[in-house]
Amino acid sequence: MNVPDDLLYTESHEWIKREGENIRVGITDHAQAELTDVVYVELPKVGAKAEARGQIAVVESVKAASDIYAPVKGTVVEANAALEGNPALINTDPFGEGWIFVLKVDSPDDVKQLKDAAAYRAQIG
Amino acid sequence: MSDAAPKKTPLYEEHVRLGAKMIPFGDWIMPVQYSGIMDEHQAVRNNVGVFDISHMGQLVAKGTASAGWLNEMLTNNVEKLEVGSGQYTFLLNERGGIIDDLIVYRTAPEEFLLVVNASRADEDFAWLERHLAGAASGQLKNRSADFGGVAIQGPRVVDLFHALLGDDVDLPARNHIAESKMDGMDLAIGRTGYTGEDGVEVFFSANDAANFWNTVLKKGEQFGIKPCGLGARDTLRLEMCYPLNGSDLSPEHNPIEAGLGFFVDLKKPEFVGREVLVQAKESGTTDRLVAFRMKGKGPPPRPHYPVWLAGEQIGEATSGTLSPSLNQGIGMAYLPTQHARVGTEIEIEIRGQKFPAVVEKKPLYKKS
Repeated sequence: MNVPDDLLYTESHEWIKREGENIRVGITDHAQAELTDVVYVELPKVGAKAEARGQIAVVESVKAASDIYAPVKGTVVEANAALEGNPALINTDPFGEGWIFVLKVDSPDDVKQLKDAAAYRAQIG
Repeated sequence: MSDAAPKKTPLYEEHVRLGAKMIPFGDWIMPVQYSGIMDEHQAVRNNVGVFDISHMGQLVAKGTASAGWLNEMLTNNVEKLEVGSGQYTFLLNERGGIIDDLIVYRTAPEEFLLVVNASRADEDFAWLERHLAGAASGQLKNRSADFGGVAIQGPRVVDLFHALLGDDVDLPARNHIAESKMDGMDLAIGRTGYTGEDGVEVFFSANDAANFWNTVLKKGEQFGIKPCGLGARDTLRLEMCYPLNGSDLSPEHNPIEAGLGFFVDLKKPEFVGREVLVQAKESGTTDRLVAFRMKGKGPPPRPHYPVWLAGEQIGEATSGTLSPSLNQGIGMAYLPTQHARVGTEIEIEIRGQKFPAVVEKKPLYKKS
């Protein structure tokens, strides 16, 4: 499984890319492989307040709906509208075109608590 | 689900070796998918797919009284079955509620094979045994543990069987069963399925399961065969509106409400649940199992999602998924009969939000 070194991760299989005071968030290659064919994504609304580890989006496969969590506290500033037309981007390019939302982080220190690639690799075995 | 270790079919090792994702299914651990539900679904619609159905129960009723006795236990008429043919039927409780839906084959003049749902096999057997009194010459056996089975489904199934058994071997006709031999293995081949495609269900000794499975996959390569899991089995059957016991069928509903009165012979003088069904047929039922399709893009419906009409909750979905063939959300639900007409506009509540849907004719998918 692909676990890029330059990203941060959560226990619940989101990846986080730092972009100044914002973070871009998606789900990992491991998570998309477990979920399989993604057929629908419920995006967060721009402007929505997110709590750390609070449910913020939903990714649905044929078989089940899975909650996606905000890695840290913040405000949604962007959501990936391309997923509305092509939810399978999460399967084909989980770390790129398949990003889900961008969060303006309340407290930059919170991001430091997230897992690095080595810790996430250890988690998924 | 019990706390006991999950039961494994004789094909368990093959599923693991193929990299299947295994999930608990009732008392069993079963493959939900191998390459992906979409991929497996399309393989069955366009080519051919093979499913492990070894978890399904197999009961055998024998003896001079077996036909008469089964006719009092089951809704359809087994007297209409010639040797080698089968029919879809129901096992009901006294209130007309559905214990199980099954296929019964007449395998000899005085012998019947009942292929029942995995989750109900023990319950069916116990129920039938309790009702054996008065039919002393009838004998009932639960042979589920000794047999394996696979479903082979898709438009290329005939080509595949010619490759397996020889060009001169014909498959039995629709809803018929025949015995055959392959590489020393004894097979019972029933021409039936749960996908809407041409197909067979093949039963064999549990000891032969891995050999048969692997031979089918190898000979099927040239026809684009894919191993398929419970995920694709569910999307395929739901597109056809074939009911799933435990979801769309339950002891709380009878076959008339489920829209399956065709498989009930009310002309038979007696069978368990008959009075309730005669009543249901005469005065109509308050609820009806309908098929629905979501309008436009939206999240797929799931079992237990509330169904609304004009600001009132009128039911809940019993099944729901994204239809890979239609690329749209589909499902089934029991609705009050006055709202069960085809074309009725309803709403499905998904995470607190209502999405428009419409009651559709069954089946939801028709081959173009």
